[in-house]
Amino acid sequence: MNYQVNEKGYYGDFGGAYIPEMLYPNVEELRTTYLEIMNEPSFKKEFDQLLKDYVGRPSPLYHAKRLSEKYNTKVYLKREDLNHTGAHKVNNTIGQILVAKRLGKNRIIAETGAGQHGVATATVCALMGIDCIVYMGEIDITRQAPNVARMKMLGAEVRPAKSGSKTLKDATNEAIRDWINNPVDTHYIIGSAIGPHPYPDMVTRFQSIISEEIKWQLKEKEGREHPDYVVACIGGGSNAAGTYYHFLEEPSVGIIAVEAAGKGVNSGESAATSQLGKEGIIHGCKTLLMQTPDGQITEPYSISAGLDYPGVGPLHSHLYKTGRGEFYSVTDEDAMTAGLELSQLEGIIPAIETSHALAIFNDKKFKPDDIVVISLSGRGDKDLNTYIDYFKL
Amino acid sequence: MNRINQKLAEDKKLLSIYFTAGYPALQDTVKVIQDLEKNGVDMIEIGLPFSDPLADGPTIQESSTAALKNGMTTTVLFDQLKDIRKSVTIPLIIMGYFNPMMQYGIEEFCAKCQEIGIDGLIIPDLPVAVYHEYYQETFERYGLINVFLITPQTSEERIRFIDSVSNGFIYMVSSASVTGSTSGFGDTQESYFDRISNMNLKAPQIVGFGISNNETFSKATKTAKGAIIGSAFIKHITNNGIDCIGDFIRGIQ
Repeated sequence: MNYQVNEKGYYGDFGGAYIPEMLYPNVEELRTTYLEIMNEPSFKKEFDQLLKDYVGRPSPLYHAKRLSEKYNTKVYLKREDLNHTGAHKVNNTIGQILVAKRLGKNRIIAETGAGQHGVATATVCALMGIDCIVYMGEIDITRQAPNVARMKMLGAEVRPAKSGSKTLKDATNEAIRDWINNPVDTHYIIGSAIGPHPYPDMVTRFQSIISEEIKWQLKEKEGREHPDYVVACIGGGSNAAGTYYHFLEEPSVGIIAVEAAGKGVNSGESAATSQLGKEGIIHGCKTLLMQTPDGQITEPYSISAGLDYPGVGPLHSHLYKTGRGEFYSVTDEDAMTAGLELSQLEGIIPAIETSHALAIFNDKKFKPDDIVVISLSGRGDKDLNTYIDYFKL
Repeated sequence: MNRINQKLAEDKKLLSIYFTAGYPALQDTVKVIQDLEKNGVDMIEIGLPFSDPLADGPTIQESSTAALKNGMTTTVLFDQLKDIRKSVTIPLIIMGYFNPMMQYGIEEFCAKCQEIGIDGLIIPDLPVAVYHEYYQETFERYGLINVFLITPQTSEERIRFIDSVSNGFIYMVSSASVTGSTSGFGDTQESYFDRISNMNLKAPQIVGFGISNNETFSKATKTAKGAIIGSAFIKHITNNGIDCIGDFIRGIQ
C-alpha cells in the first residue's frame, strides 16, 4: 500500500483539486513548482536555519515517566508546544512563506479558527516584512480575543468572515474568495493538510519534520527508530500528518488518530468526521466530510476550536478507509480531564486539541513494553479561559 | 438538437438570467422561470443552492443560505420542475456546486435532468480535466451540455482545450473576481473580450460576472454572443419581490 500522494494529487480515492477556474492558475503554479522549490539547496538551508534559530527546533522528545507509570506503558511526548508561537503550526507557515517569496508573491492571506494558524502566519509575515490578511469567523473573533490581539500586534489585518456559520469553514471560504479576487500577487497559506492538491502534500511535508526528529531522537534514547505507536489529534490533520509521515510505510508502527467527539459522536454536536462523514468535496478536495444527505456541509462542534472542522485531510481519509490508521473519538469531557491530568502528572498544560490525543488511554490499552509517541501539538495558554470555566478554577 | 444550441444559432445577442432556486420563497422557483421567459429572457440558469459557494460573492451566497433555510434541496428542486416543460420552452441550465450533485449520484442527477428537460449544467468546482476523464460520457448520454468557465488568467492553451471539450458555449468570466463584485467594464475587460474574440473559438462565448445594467450588457455583448446577469437580478427581487421582473429585464435590453 502506498501512502504518498500520486501524480494526480490523490491518496487512494481522496484528494484532487476541485477548484473553480479562477483559482486554476495559482494552484497550478504551486503544483508545478512546489517540489522543485522545496528541494533547492538554498531553500532547505533557509528553512532548516529558521526552524533551528527562530522556531527553536528540534523540539524535545520527552519521556513522560509519571504518565507512563500510570498507564503501564512507555510514553514519549513530542514537544511541539515548545515551538515559537506555541504549536506545530509554525513549521508550515515558515515553509510556505519561503515558497511565497520564491514565487514572487508580496501579499499573504490565511484562514484561522482558534487563531493559532493566524498567529503563526502573522508571525512569519512580520519576520519577512510581507503584508498579511487573516480571515476569521466573526464568532471566533469574539471567542478568541487574545489571539486576535496577537495578530494585530504582529501587524496583520484580521478580517471577519460574516457569511454562513461565521466560523472556520466560512473563514476558509472568504480566504479562497480573496484569492480569486487577487490572482497575481497573493499566496494563500492554508493551515492544515487540506485544500486542493498540492496543499495537503505540501503542508504534510513541512510538518514531516516532526516524525523525522522522532526517528533520530528515539534512536538516541531507545536504540530504535520506530515506536510501536504514534498518536495525534486530528481536525484537518496537519500535526497528525507530520507525526505519521516517516512511519506510514513502516507497518510495525501503529498509527492512531484521535478526533473530537464533542458532546458525543451521536449527540448532534460533534466533529468526529471519520465516524459521521461521507465522501464529498470541501474546499477543493475530495475527502470525508460532515454533510446533510443533500450534500450541504454541516457545522461541527468541539470544545476545542482547532478541531471543529467539518472535513479531514485526504491523507487521513485514506488512512481511515484502508485501515492503516486506527481512529478514535474523544468527548469534550474526556479531553478536558486528560488535559488536567497531564498538567498535574507532568507539569505540562496542553492545548485542548492535544488533550484529545492524551485521552487515548481511556480507549486503548497499550502493553507495558510498548513505546507510544504522542504529538504534544500545542500548549494550553490560549485555552486557559476554557479550562477556567470548565473546572471552575 | 439541444435547446441551448438552437438558441445559440439565433441571430441575436442573448440575455441569460441566473437566480437561486427557492428564493425569495421556496415556491417561487417556477413563477420566476415563467416570468423570465414571458419577459423575453433567452436562457435561464437555475441556481441549486450550496452551503459553501466558493466562487460567489455575498449576494448569491445570502440568497443560497436563505433558499436552504426555506427548505430547498436537490429533490425539492426536481419536484418543483417536473412539469416545467409544459409551460417553458427556452433553455434551462442548472448551476450548482459539485458536492450536492455527487451526493444525489451523478448518473441519477443527469437522468433526472433529462427527464425534466434541463439542457445543461454549470458546475464551477468541477475542473475540466476531471469532467473530461470521468463524467463527460455520462453527461452526454443524457443529452446535457456542460459549460466551462474561462477567466482573464486562463492560458491560451487551456482555452483551446476547454473549447475542444465544450459542446455548448463557454462562460467567459469578465474579471478576476467572485460574482457580484465589479461595477463597470474598463479597458482591461474590453481588450480581454477582444483577445478571446480573435481566437475564433468553436464554442460561442457568453460573458458573466459584473453585468448589472444596459451599459455593461452592451459592452459585454459587443464581441460575445450573450451575457449572464446573476447578482444584480437577485438584488432586484430581494428589494422588489418577484412581481416586477419585467421592469428589471426591460432596463437591460
